[in-house]
Amino acid sequence: MNAVRIGIDVGGTNTDAVVMDSNGSVLAWQKVATTPGRLDGITEALTAVLTGVEGQLVNQVMVGTTHPADALRSPQHLGRVGVLRIGAPATLSVPPFTRWPAALVEPVAGPVAVIGGGHEHDGREINPLDVDAVREFARSCEGAVDSIAVIGVTSPVNTDHERRAAAIIRDHLGDEVAITQGHEISGIGLLERENSAILNGSLITLHRTMIDGLFRILAERGLSPDLYLTQNDGTLMSAGQAARRPVLMIGSGPTNSMRGAAHLSGLKDAIVVDVGGTSTDVGLLVDGFPRISALPVEIGGVRTNYRMPDLISAGFGADSSPQPGPANVAKRLTALADRIKASRGELPLVAVGGGAHLVPDRIDGVSEVLRPESVQVANAIGAATAEASGVVDQIFVYDNSTRESCLAYARERAEEEAVLAGADPARVRITKLIEVPLTYMAGSSARVLVQAQGPLPARM
Amino acid sequence: MLEITVDDVDDLATGAAVLGSGGGGDTYIPTLMAVEAITHHGPVRVAHPAELDPEGLILPLGAMGAPIALVEKFFSGREYQAALSVLEQHLGRAGVGVMPSEVAGSAALLPVTAAAALGLPVVDGDTMRRAFPKLEMTQLGLARIPASPMVLVDVKGNTVLITGSDNEDVERLSRAAAAEMGMIAIAAAYPITAGQIDEFAIPGSLTYCLELGRRIRGIDPGQPDSYVELLEDFDGRVIFTGKVGEVHRRNGRRGPLGTFTLEHLHAPDRVMRVDFQSENLVAIEDGVPIVTVPDLISLVDLETGNPLSTDLLDYGHRVHVLALPAHERWHTSDGIALVGPRAFGYDLDYVPFGTTS
Repeated sequence: MNAVRIGIDVGGTNTDAVVMDSNGSVLAWQKVATTPGRLDGITEALTAVLTGVEGQLVNQVMVGTTHPADALRSPQHLGRVGVLRIGAPATLSVPPFTRWPAALVEPVAGPVAVIGGGHEHDGREINPLDVDAVREFARSCEGAVDSIAVIGVTSPVNTDHERRAAAIIRDHLGDEVAITQGHEISGIGLLERENSAILNGSLITLHRTMIDGLFRILAERGLSPDLYLTQNDGTLMSAGQAARRPVLMIGSGPTNSMRGAAHLSGLKDAIVVDVGGTSTDVGLLVDGFPRISALPVEIGGVRTNYRMPDLISAGFGADSSPQPGPANVAKRLTALADRIKASRGELPLVAVGGGAHLVPDRIDGVSEVLRPESVQVANAIGAATAEASGVVDQIFVYDNSTRESCLAYARERAEEEAVLAGADPARVRITKLIEVPLTYMAGSSARVLVQAQGPLPARM
Repeated sequence: MLEITVDDVDDLATGAAVLGSGGGGDTYIPTLMAVEAITHHGPVRVAHPAELDPEGLILPLGAMGAPIALVEKFFSGREYQAALSVLEQHLGRAGVGVMPSEVAGSAALLPVTAAAALGLPVVDGDTMRRAFPKLEMTQLGLARIPASPMVLVDVKGNTVLITGSDNEDVERLSRAAAAEMGMIAIAAAYPITAGQIDEFAIPGSLTYCLELGRRIRGIDPGQPDSYVELLEDFDGRVIFTGKVGEVHRRNGRRGPLGTFTLEHLHAPDRVMRVDFQSENLVAIEDGVPIVTVPDLISLVDLETGNPLSTDLLDYGHRVHVLALPAHERWHTSDGIALVGPRAFGYDLDYVPFGTTS
């Protein structure tokens, strides 16, 4: 008997589930309405697709969900976060929570301290960690917060001060208060990493409830698969790790839908049009992955350094009334397709989503319109076929060693991270290597971003 | 009396990003620093050079090192006082104003922050009215005014005072110091008197930058020809509207080197190539140089109107290429020798602005 995996996508309107075999073929799918608590809709979709599937064959379940994003829109459910920034006197000119929307600061902001410590870009200490100040901060948080965010200057390169501060805080406050460390959730960019860590802390209780609920639903059906969640970049994280990092799961929907389109169509380079209930997103697949926007995204009005797929949205969907006519849709898609394309040549177009049938067969500038089977649940298919990844984003001064050894180090570390995240060591590969020489530096130095990625090992 | 308030900071940042000509360093963190400082200390008075004591010390201020370092380790806000104190003590004169080293990128905003913290006015002027990568590439350098004594201050409060014999030496020593200071430091070079500004610096450049930024931010980028009126007023023009194709970057012997190509949005057979180092330096169409350094080549995003720096450029970006003339003081033969295309290693003569289209 062959093992199967289940992909689930929990969107704002619909919850989709799909069962796939190890060859990537779709065995069953279901689309139901998303329910307020999320879990009832998931239960309904899961029950439907599991009909006729033997429980013990389900060895992996991948879930993409928007509930952390929804939580930010109703801030009364967010947790209060104590914020410890390690780096003073550096960074004192801009305090934590700068340019946050007042509606989020009010429920989220707990005690804030900026204390001595932090590291230079090459990992050496700027100043030693001020452990007395860490203790004082921990005392100020007693009984006052739901969780803690600890963010050190240059922690993606040297995690030492964040780890030590977290250990001291845990000694004071115990294990019940979750601690988010900056290096666990974001790369270069102190304010953006700090913002992400604080958002993460505010979502962590809600998110744990959700993941506990998922495990319970699976257990109730006699299933004990490996559970994964899809991240903003469309790659997987094990539920255990994901439970502590909700902010990484906040916007995986569009990526999943585009990855699903790539899987279903077999195309690596194509325009993807996702026609949802009330809106349509147009994106571009480049070498099998969504093209990512050049600018960082805001989450709930807060600046982060997460990159999301570069999408153009149009205000029509399957439930629009009046329904736009085919000529109108063709005209609008011609303009959008032209905008999203990087060059003049014709590209194929994959139509996905519940309203894929609205996309006409002929669009100028498009070589062919494809509507593969099961496109209605492309998001869930994207989740089920997602891979695990590891990322390194660091500044290297080549003059101190050589460019080749720095790049080799970055590649190796990204691959290690991908394997730690669950990728099959035999099938990990480098999927992205961006090297941007630093401006205004006399010698040879660069910011290097490497992503490694690989499928999960097949489990029998 | 002209003041810079929190409401002016975004205008200043946008003008500075355009005058950065693809470089100058990201303005996001310095913008927050300026808003915090003005909120805390009050608005900053903008002084015309003639309003100040002609013998008073002017602190031309900027940052030295890799602007990218600022996204991780930005300043405490105490560095300016240290820089001023060291120079005042060394020169035996009191500071009367802070001047931007360049009204481009991050360096346009740091002096405003400093002026707020020091309780001094910021001078309406700078040393280049764009961004350049080397210390000697300033109007003051062109006028043979020494860059030293120069002071660098890092986030820990360490100070380095350099008294060098020529500006190239000071450039070399200061860059090494900035690298050791964790890749970025507050830098004050070319200490001059208020009386020297009119003759040797570029007076009026801070208000030029503010006005440019205000006008760019006032544009509705979705409208065709929305840049026409603005560019007429600034003697500039749109030289190309296209999509970024290939972007090549590498480390050259003396720093970053790169090129990108643009495919015209409306005329399929038109292609532009832009050569850049830390800033955009040469724009070439059909093998013909259209605009060259020291004139400015700046990209703005077609949809949002936001200026784009070279390190953010990526394939598929849709942009207008704006060209603006450098300040006329750069258009002398000495100016072109110091900062023309050949000074950046290109085997090209300077193309006088507006002679090609």
